[in-house]
Amino acid sequence: MNFQGYRRPDGKAGTRNYVLIIPSVGCSQGVAREIARGLKGVVYLPNILGCGQVGEDRMLVKKTLVGFGTHPNVFSVLIVGNGCEQLVPQEIKEGIAPSRKRVEVIVTQDVGGTRKTVALGKRIAKEMREDAAKLNREPIPLSELILGTECGGSDYTSGLASNPAVGAACDMLVTEGGTVILSETPELIGAEHILAKRARTSEIATQVLGAVAWWEQKAMAAGENIRKANPAPGNIAGGITTLEEKSLGCIYKAGTSSLEEVIPYASHPTKKGLVYMDTPAHDIEQLTGMVAGGAQIVLFTTGRGTPLGSPIAPVIKITGNRDTYSKMKDNMDLNLSKILEGKEKMNSAGKRIFEEVISVASGKATKAEKTGQRDFCIYKMSMNI
Amino acid sequence: VARETQAIIINQKDNVATALMELNAGTEVSVEFQGRVQKMTLLSDVPMGHKFALQDIQEGEAVIKYGESIGQSTVKITRGEHVHVHNVVSQPGGGW
Repeated sequence: MNFQGYRRPDGKAGTRNYVLIIPSVGCSQGVAREIARGLKGVVYLPNILGCGQVGEDRMLVKKTLVGFGTHPNVFSVLIVGNGCEQLVPQEIKEGIAPSRKRVEVIVTQDVGGTRKTVALGKRIAKEMREDAAKLNREPIPLSELILGTECGGSDYTSGLASNPAVGAACDMLVTEGGTVILSETPELIGAEHILAKRARTSEIATQVLGAVAWWEQKAMAAGENIRKANPAPGNIAGGITTLEEKSLGCIYKAGTSSLEEVIPYASHPTKKGLVYMDTPAHDIEQLTGMVAGGAQIVLFTTGRGTPLGSPIAPVIKITGNRDTYSKMKDNMDLNLSKILEGKEKMNSAGKRIFEEVISVASGKATKAEKTGQRDFCIYKMSMNI
Repeated sequence: VARETQAIIINQKDNVATALMELNAGTEVSVEFQGRVQKMTLLSDVPMGHKFALQDIQEGEAVIKYGESIGQSTVKITRGEHVHVHNVVSQPGGGW
């Protein structure tokens, strides 16, 4: 099966065709925002980092920005630097170069102030946008799709309706040869042995258990005992009996395929099928990591409702809660409340989600795109200095 | 008017179902999964979102939801009985 996508010079395929403005440092964020303002098809990353990070965080910032630049949903890139930042704009450009798309750099200290930089940036962005408009969508096999999965603002409907239904859709994409990313390690605690059992090799299983142990120890050092604190008294009152049950409700959204790979934050999957990215459960950091790793589309389940979206990847919002769907129609794409009313089978809901993935991948706008949600936040482990 | 759905089964391997409404002891429930309907009488009150046993679960046996073990029963649980923290414990690592 195919979707209608954009073929890139490096052979990858996108679901969108953006001109992307990347501020290499927080100081250039306002300039980047002004360049993108009013230009349809031009988006910017609200990046506040790029200066003052230490250790591994420096690498994470660069890797994430490069991941967005090389992303197949992006046609061309304009990097806006300030001039004295730690993360040199030229380094980001070199990182994006293998994708063989047009990348330009402008630096405010060289160009001479905000107004001149914005004017120059707009000229370049408009040029890029004109070239982007010449590219047409073409049939792309679903096997080239990387689908991110996420849940946030969960309630009892998440574990019973939206997560299992999304899981059914994920299994359908894997059957088509596509890739599904499961992430948010802290939510996995308690069900890690179940995911580990599904690993293709014992080495992958060990990596799953290792990732969970790392987060658990890190949280413990900060005074949080995740395993002891869950299920919370409110969860138990709601009917969740054990931590396994709570965490299974979360991992079930990625389906039942065998696990092919464990990858670090913002890394590209090298395998097809189900892969696991080690990310925080923080909704925006998780979303940013999966998109930086190449996800061209994301399925996001919620019980209570959330407005989140990505600057460059469509995010499909799915709820099993009828009240949430009617209260937050601006934000919700799919209503699965009929599952818990006994009027829709899990598999047919899964099929409906799978068909929505194909429509959205082929250009149908999501609610988050219509409301202009462009959320972006890079995960880091240490302080800024 | 079709009767409201009383409970849901997530996976065919599951030995528990989840109540979608407040269900009282003595209620005749019927739960359907992929065309197969199971009928039983509830032995305990089961609040909404809570689980009840679809079959007898022996002491020490796995309680299965999502097709996976969510814990171990601490006593024999009879079909139709409320399944929760009073008769199930977590099994950290699941024997890994």
